[in-house]
Amino acid sequence: MQSLGELLSRGLALPFPGPVIGMLLLLLALRWPLVRVPVAVCAGFLLSHLSLLFVPVGVGVMTHLGLLSQYGVRMLVVIVLSTWLGLAVTAWVLRTLLGRTHA
Amino acid sequence: MPKFVELWVYLSATPLFGLTATLVVYVLAQAAYTRLQQAAWANPVLWSVITLASLLTLTGVDYPTYFSGAQFIHFLLGPAVVALGWPLWQRRDELRQHWHALLLAALVGGAVAGGSAMALGWVMGLPHEVVVSLAPKSVTAPVAMGIADKIGGIPALAAVFAVITGMVGALSGKFLLGLLGVGTDRTGWMVHGFALGTAAHGIGAARALQVDADAGAYAGLALGLQVILASLLIPLVFRLI
Repeated sequence: MQSLGELLSRGLALPFPGPVIGMLLLLLALRWPLVRVPVAVCAGFLLSHLSLLFVPVGVGVMTHLGLLSQYGVRMLVVIVLSTWLGLAVTAWVLRTLLGRTHA
Repeated sequence: MPKFVELWVYLSATPLFGLTATLVVYVLAQAAYTRLQQAAWANPVLWSVITLASLLTLTGVDYPTYFSGAQFIHFLLGPAVVALGWPLWQRRDELRQHWHALLLAALVGGAVAGGSAMALGWVMGLPHEVVVSLAPKSVTAPVAMGIADKIGGIPALAAVFAVITGMVGALSGKFLLGLLGVGTDRTGWMVHGFALGTAAHGIGAARALQVDADAGAYAGLALGLQVILASLLIPLVFRLI
């Protein structure tokens, strides 16, 4: 547990995509069998509650309602359509490429 | 009665309020979500946010006061992203085999999501700084803010876009991908999760994780890739233009 904590804090202390660097460090650390069990317990716990962690940021959107209502519907249309496009294209590219390697 | 009011004033000003309110509301939303057989529209994040936002408006508690308590939950986001390394490690052989396909899908998918948002925004006549703030919308909110700041967008707006994008993806992702014929076998879940993580970052990943463990793992990978690619490439593209 402690080794995980240390690793987490070290990962988080690095500049810019800190947590992502932490994730890469964790992948390296997992080569060492001793850390695997505590990591599995911790990661399982954190990830099963991942949705909860986004609630505070979500509530923060409320503070920008002024900005949103200014452009309102147009902005929402843009976001919804581009998100769908992103989803569809990613899925299509990945499926095509995976299909090729399997065949 | 005045005693009760005093007590309320005291309680609502302490960090404990934000923390307790968030946890209680989320537990209720989660219970309702389970009750409704995890229907996409019953997404616990969405309903928790709506309930809490209404609660804050009704009680007149401002966001900074709420956040002083909720920050303890918010802080865990960092370690949670680190924890996404675990499901990836469990699938390391598969990843080594498919890394080029995954990387290309992340690159194309991310570019289409951000690019189409900017193009649509421009067509609809949104102001320049709003259009620019749309570019990093498929990256998780804190990183999106940093990128928007670098390329002349509005960080707060970029965070809002990112959160709404995540919600849209979480709400409609499974339905849309099902419509496109993405199956529910192992490869299907892989594609499913990866698309959600690419287009709808953490909120999409959280949803993917609830639906299927494989989908969750690939969503985590996709969101990590998106953070790295977007923070390197978006500022670069803007400098070239």
